[in-house]
Amino acid sequence: MPEMTMVQAINDALRISMRDDERVVLLGEDVGKVGGVFRVTAGLQDEFGAERVIDTPLAEGGIVGASIGMAMYGLRPVPEIQFADFIYPAFDQIVSEAAKYRYRSGGEFGIPMVIRTPFGGGIRGGHYHSQSPESLFIHVAGLKVVCPSNPYDAKGLLLSAIRDEDPVLFFEPKRVYRAAKMDVPEGDYAVPLSKAKVVREGAHVTVLAWGAMLYEAVAAAEEVAPKVDVEVIDLRTLWPVDIDTIVASVKKTGRVVVVHEAPRTCGFGAELVSLVCEKAFLHLEAPPVRVTGHDTPFPYTLENDYLPLAHRIVPALLETAAY
Amino acid sequence: MIRYELPPSRSVDHTDIETVLGPDGRADPHLDPKLDSALVVKIYEAMLRTRVLDDRMLALQRQGRVSFHVGCKGEEAAIIASAAALRTEDWIFPCYRELGALLWRGFPLQRYVDNMYGNADDVVQGRQMPDHVTGKQWAYASVSSPIGTQIMHAVGFGWAAKLKRQKLATAVYFGDGATSTPDFHTGLNFAGVYKTPTIFLCRNNRWAISVPSDKQTASASFAAKGAAYGVRSVRVDGNDALATYRAVREAVERSHEGPTLLELVTYRLGGHSTSDDPKAYRLQEEVDLQSKGDPLTRLRRHLELLGAWNELQERRFVSQLDSEIKQCVEIAEKKPAPELRSMFDGVYAERPWHLDEQYELTKRGPRPGKE
Repeated sequence: MPEMTMVQAINDALRISMRDDERVVLLGEDVGKVGGVFRVTAGLQDEFGAERVIDTPLAEGGIVGASIGMAMYGLRPVPEIQFADFIYPAFDQIVSEAAKYRYRSGGEFGIPMVIRTPFGGGIRGGHYHSQSPESLFIHVAGLKVVCPSNPYDAKGLLLSAIRDEDPVLFFEPKRVYRAAKMDVPEGDYAVPLSKAKVVREGAHVTVLAWGAMLYEAVAAAEEVAPKVDVEVIDLRTLWPVDIDTIVASVKKTGRVVVVHEAPRTCGFGAELVSLVCEKAFLHLEAPPVRVTGHDTPFPYTLENDYLPLAHRIVPALLETAAY
Repeated sequence: MIRYELPPSRSVDHTDIETVLGPDGRADPHLDPKLDSALVVKIYEAMLRTRVLDDRMLALQRQGRVSFHVGCKGEEAAIIASAAALRTEDWIFPCYRELGALLWRGFPLQRYVDNMYGNADDVVQGRQMPDHVTGKQWAYASVSSPIGTQIMHAVGFGWAAKLKRQKLATAVYFGDGATSTPDFHTGLNFAGVYKTPTIFLCRNNRWAISVPSDKQTASASFAAKGAAYGVRSVRVDGNDALATYRAVREAVERSHEGPTLLELVTYRLGGHSTSDDPKAYRLQEEVDLQSKGDPLTRLRRHLELLGAWNELQERRFVSQLDSEIKQCVEIAEKKPAPELRSMFDGVYAERPWHLDEQYELTKRGPRPGKE
């Protein structure tokens, strides 16, 4: 089994999808000739040609808007937004059009489309190359939101997302892009959407995390392991979230800590805590806790003070366990 | 390399307006598309049908029987003659004012009236305001309210067809106000760069709700904007059904070469919608003056000259249409509202757990009383 980085695994998923299904096309800024600024689409234009791996003019609203039209025609577009920080010009097309099209047309048209976008901090990217806007999309009826944490899941989730009938926001943690290598099967396989994964079993506290922060959560869990037995869940699909896995875990542990890079207020942690309270209140032994980015713009120099790294997760775990 | 072309007879500002029908109803022999008179009658009937339907829907709204209507009084030639010039395989990406184009393609009247009532048989299941309809079978995309968002869809759809070597064009309608949105500029730019088979139909009806077209742009015309994107552009008399047909037909025939921007110069004789009172921002004198250019009057005069239409035919047509509308309304008013579950279905291809929960809770909980 070959070892792959997340960049290679995503590239592999795209290649398999495109070989398997003539309808799959890629489009975005710099995705063609140069293979993307992170080289995620490297080599694909050579194999599939400039008509299926398309360098577009620099306009995110145009990239997503054209993708919607392509999906209506019957293609399976996979547009790339170069950084999640630049997705806002496409917000209207995503929220008002892609997300609503099936519903408002009485089911006449679906928009099967995967918007891939690198997100998250920890790469010295400052405010405009570090944001985590996932909750903006989770809040919108009609969208699915996926975020892999490792190469294996990235490939399997992307293959599932491209075959899904609904628009999917696929957030790729760029801090993980080349940081981790793992065995990734050759060929086609699926990691189903809306299925979380318990990556570390434990009895005392449940930690919910995704993307790059999963590694921080696991590191924190290892650090407190002598005292506290922590269960870590990688959500993988943020919406619709795998509520059963979350509730089963919290019923077992009675304690929950949510970790995310995005700002705290109205971040996805707020929804997860509400869901836990609604569905497992009588099992809770301690107030749910959020360890998150701050309600500030994402900083450049002090980014490690902004991010909810292991050093901030550890005390949260100890306090929650001792409550 | 400058790739755009400006015909030598046309000014750089694209201020000249292509017209076929003179005020006396005679067609310019050099520009006359020489359509079969049966087709011109059919176009006229569709324009008249749209006019009458608008009028009856407005009345139903004033009586409180439907909540809202957005009509196209004065813009019937721009909408219907353009749709008539498209081929059946060409797709329409409408704004919300092109109902006449959908009816032209054979969308059943009952289906439209059911949409006005948002009842159980409404194709969009009462999920949108009236007139926000959809017609996939008629190659007509779904209507939304945001301005200009459909422009990129038309570009993407046509682009996809081109990639698949399928010969079709996409026609996208929008008003003069939409030319101020980013989607308009992005759409023209993408279409110009990738030479998509897209026909941009800008209905310049002079008013974006209360804002006149000279507050939308400092350009001498809306057609002038195409040149910046390398897109062939023509300014057409949008109240002239024959000129509109001719220009759209040419754009269709040239669509395999790339896009065309047509500015259809017309006038919105009615309000923006039933929620708008134009007396608050424009003078009746202006409307009276513009009424003299009414596209129906112009085409009727032409048909009368040809001996293809007369007063008796007009009266018969309207009276038959009236009873048809009346019957559709009676039927639509008796139909029940969509079932509660329709609110939770169709958000996704399959209903996820959280919408199951919300449906069950709503079903079990108190429901609103009848008004």
